[in-house]
Amino acid sequence: MKLPDTEREKFHLLLMAALDGELTAAEKAQFERYISQDPACREEWQRYAKLKEVTKTMQFTKPAPEVWDRYWTGIYNRLERGLGWIVFSIGCVILLTYGGFKAVESIIADPELALVVKTGIIAVIGGLMLLLVSVIREKIFTAKTDKYQKEVQR
Amino acid sequence: MNNTPPPEPPDEARLISRCQAGDVQAFGVLVEKHKRRAYYTALGLVGSHDEALDISQEAFVRAYRALARFQPQRSSFFTWYYQILRNLSFNFLRDRAKQPRPFSEIEAPGNSIQHIPDESCDPSIIAERNELKDAVWRAIDSLKAPEREIIVLRDFQDLSYKEIAETLDCPIGTVMSRLFNARKQLREKLEGYLS
Repeated sequence: MKLPDTEREKFHLLLMAALDGELTAAEKAQFERYISQDPACREEWQRYAKLKEVTKTMQFTKPAPEVWDRYWTGIYNRLERGLGWIVFSIGCVILLTYGGFKAVESIIADPELALVVKTGIIAVIGGLMLLLVSVIREKIFTAKTDKYQKEVQR
Repeated sequence: MNNTPPPEPPDEARLISRCQAGDVQAFGVLVEKHKRRAYYTALGLVGSHDEALDISQEAFVRAYRALARFQPQRSSFFTWYYQILRNLSFNFLRDRAKQPRPFSEIEAPGNSIQHIPDESCDPSIIAERNELKDAVWRAIDSLKAPEREIIVLRDFQDLSYKEIAETLDCPIGTVMSRLFNARKQLREKLEGYLS
């Protein structure tokens, strides 16, 4: 007896459950009917059982015990470094903003500097700030829309 | 801040609340509890010890930073953490597929898995097993990421269908059909070794 395609699909699901010991009593009875009535099903079951037998004898290679001893320290160091970077970045932003403000202030107040030079320097500083804001905005926008950047994807 | 986590493992929900309040040591206890499973899952997905270590640790760091968004009533900590680990691993595989690796960076096939040790010391049996082990790993390594994932969770992490369904947030039927597709490919790739 050859199974129709819809039955075959069902048999394949039962076959997986049989290999992994996940069959209920009713499913087990149905699965046994399949393999007793259809030689192709029986052959398929034997092939997959052999594959299961092979994978069952394997396990992941265990790392050196020191790996486990240092595992938490590695995470802790990263957490601490992350905090360090945040504090460092905030400090840089404060200093750069203050420095920029003071530089512009002194350029404007300098009577010896020609107006065209003052305008040029202020334009350079203003342009750099605009570029910085644009890059930051782009980064934030990409992080929000790129699904691969998301940490949790359910 | 002390970098040694306390040894006693209290109830996970209480640990989570302590972590959410900024207690790093409580997070250390959570890491101790889940680190092996995290590392081995990453190893199965990316196939390299160094990368698995790096990715599983990075996933814990990201989990800690995102803990405020974690809702314990919706899933277990590991299920939630697994989504981060999975995304990092898949991103890594995607990037690796784009860039050809220098020969020195490619790990020998089968280094990530081994035969469960037994009494046998016959050299011919050992050689045969090593060959089979390499073939199995090559076959797993050639699967697409979601298929490899299902094999890792079921055959190497020994998760039940219910646990896999919860972890992957999909119905048990989907777990079974994905498992069938993955095993079908494995069987075809290992045909010569299984006869």
